[in-house]
Amino acid sequence: MSPIISISNLSKTYATGFHALKGINLDIARGEIFALLGPNGAGKTTLISTVCGIVNPSGGTVTVDGHDILTDFRKARELIGLVPQELTTDAFETVWATTSFSRGLFGKAANPAHIERVLKDLSLWDKKDNKIMTLSGGMKRRVLIAKALSHEPRILFLDEPTAGVDVQLRKDMWEVVRKLRASGVTIILTTHYIEEAEEMADRIGVINKGELIVVEEKKTLISKLGKKQLTLELQKKLDAVPQVIFADQLTLSADGMNLTYTYDTEAERTGITRLLNALSEADIRFRDLSTTQSSLEDIFVDLVRQPR
Amino acid sequence: MNIHAVRSIYMFEMSRTARTLMQSIVSPVLSTSLYFVVFGAAIGSRITQIEGIEYGAFIVPGLIMLTLLTQSVMNASFGIYFPRFTGTIYELLSAPISYIEIVLGYVGAAATKSIILGLIILATAGFFVPLRIAHPVWMMAFLLLTAITFSLLGFIIGIWADGFEKLQIIPLLLITPLTFLGGSFYSINVLPPFWQTVSLFNPVVYLVSGFRWSFYEVSDVHVGTSLAMTFVFLIACLGVVGWIFKTGYRLKN
Repeated sequence: MSPIISISNLSKTYATGFHALKGINLDIARGEIFALLGPNGAGKTTLISTVCGIVNPSGGTVTVDGHDILTDFRKARELIGLVPQELTTDAFETVWATTSFSRGLFGKAANPAHIERVLKDLSLWDKKDNKIMTLSGGMKRRVLIAKALSHEPRILFLDEPTAGVDVQLRKDMWEVVRKLRASGVTIILTTHYIEEAEEMADRIGVINKGELIVVEEKKTLISKLGKKQLTLELQKKLDAVPQVIFADQLTLSADGMNLTYTYDTEAERTGITRLLNALSEADIRFRDLSTTQSSLEDIFVDLVRQPR
Repeated sequence: MNIHAVRSIYMFEMSRTARTLMQSIVSPVLSTSLYFVVFGAAIGSRITQIEGIEYGAFIVPGLIMLTLLTQSVMNASFGIYFPRFTGTIYELLSAPISYIEIVLGYVGAAATKSIILGLIILATAGFFVPLRIAHPVWMMAFLLLTAITFSLLGFIIGIWADGFEKLQIIPLLLITPLTFLGGSFYSINVLPPFWQTVSLFNPVVYLVSGFRWSFYEVSDVHVGTSLAMTFVFLIACLGVVGWIFKTGYRLKN
């Protein structure tokens, strides 16, 4: 199936000379949840804003369901709903009015039943006649999502959707995202909360300094880059790393009571059996053992730290 | 053409008017009534007729123009500046609409509102002075063209402004003086020849003159010149708006 969004060689240089995007190539598959990770200023928002038409690209092309975002912008944009990072809402309008306004803006005939459904899904129904300025920050975030969903988009961009949002809203929000995904909507989100990407995304892209460093299936990414660690809790204190097999992959804790073996999960043989045998031959006994797998966060930090 | 979007913007702007009804309609009507009391009844009673027209009646077209110009500029500039200020402009920029549709929505609403105001003031004037409208169709044409032109100007100001001060400064420092000096309250024929010539560089002279002609068939400049100049301003404003959207000036970075 052809990708729903195809970004090719996209670059953006701001008037200040800042290269926000440097030749981005990315295809988004239909119906997937794609998480874009990256530190502040990496280009996440610029990338989203360019696809949505808020920022003019300096070079490259973007097509949305085959429609070029510049030459065929109407058809491209009709398909997209955008939830911006900032809480940019009207102040004096009611929730109902602003949501209906968004629907019209995106060229859809009024459909009160749909607006009602969206507001109910986001627990905004009892606030529908409230002026937006009377709502809390979390409620305003819901309003922004309602606006983005008002015109039944096939693609939803969520720019840092859970920044500064309480636990309940985050749960609600992910419930909405799951429902949308089930109905075939493609979702692209940026986040700082890596556990979110880990929990929700099918694929993950890491962007740093305007370049996509890696785009990978989440599971592949974790297993490919993920290292596993085996920690042995020792019965007797050790003074130095024992000179056994794999000694270069062993580290000793400061108190000399924990020995950690780092190994690659991708390797055919992890070497655990051999290591344990070697330790037992060296008469090193242990009370307990545990393994940990590096989280996406560790991977992410590793990736953006790497000098390129 | 994304009709739904144009209608949405238009209705959104009109509901803003309805919400701020006091400020939008009552205050211009009140201030205009004050002009009638001061210039029409109090001072006007000591002024003899101008070009055969009673002074109170003579100033009606100028007063309507004054309101039309300032209100068109203010409504349109605020209408587009506010989304920029709050950041809600993101939605407008990401929506499947062309700049023509954005302008139709915002400028259409601003022009509608100032035309309504103009007509209300006209009706108000009827309470103070005897009115005579020789060419109602031309009067409406001038009203419409002027409202659209200055709403476009307001739209440009709303995009150019990067603060509320700048938003206020053009109506205050440019539109109001030009209107006062543009023959709203007098015929420029009463000025010394030098100042008559200077006045001809004031665009408002042509608007007021043409508009007054549609009432009383007296004018400072030929009505054809008025009409032509109005179109020149209209086209100039359209040109600037077109340029803004083509370059993304202050809208897209």
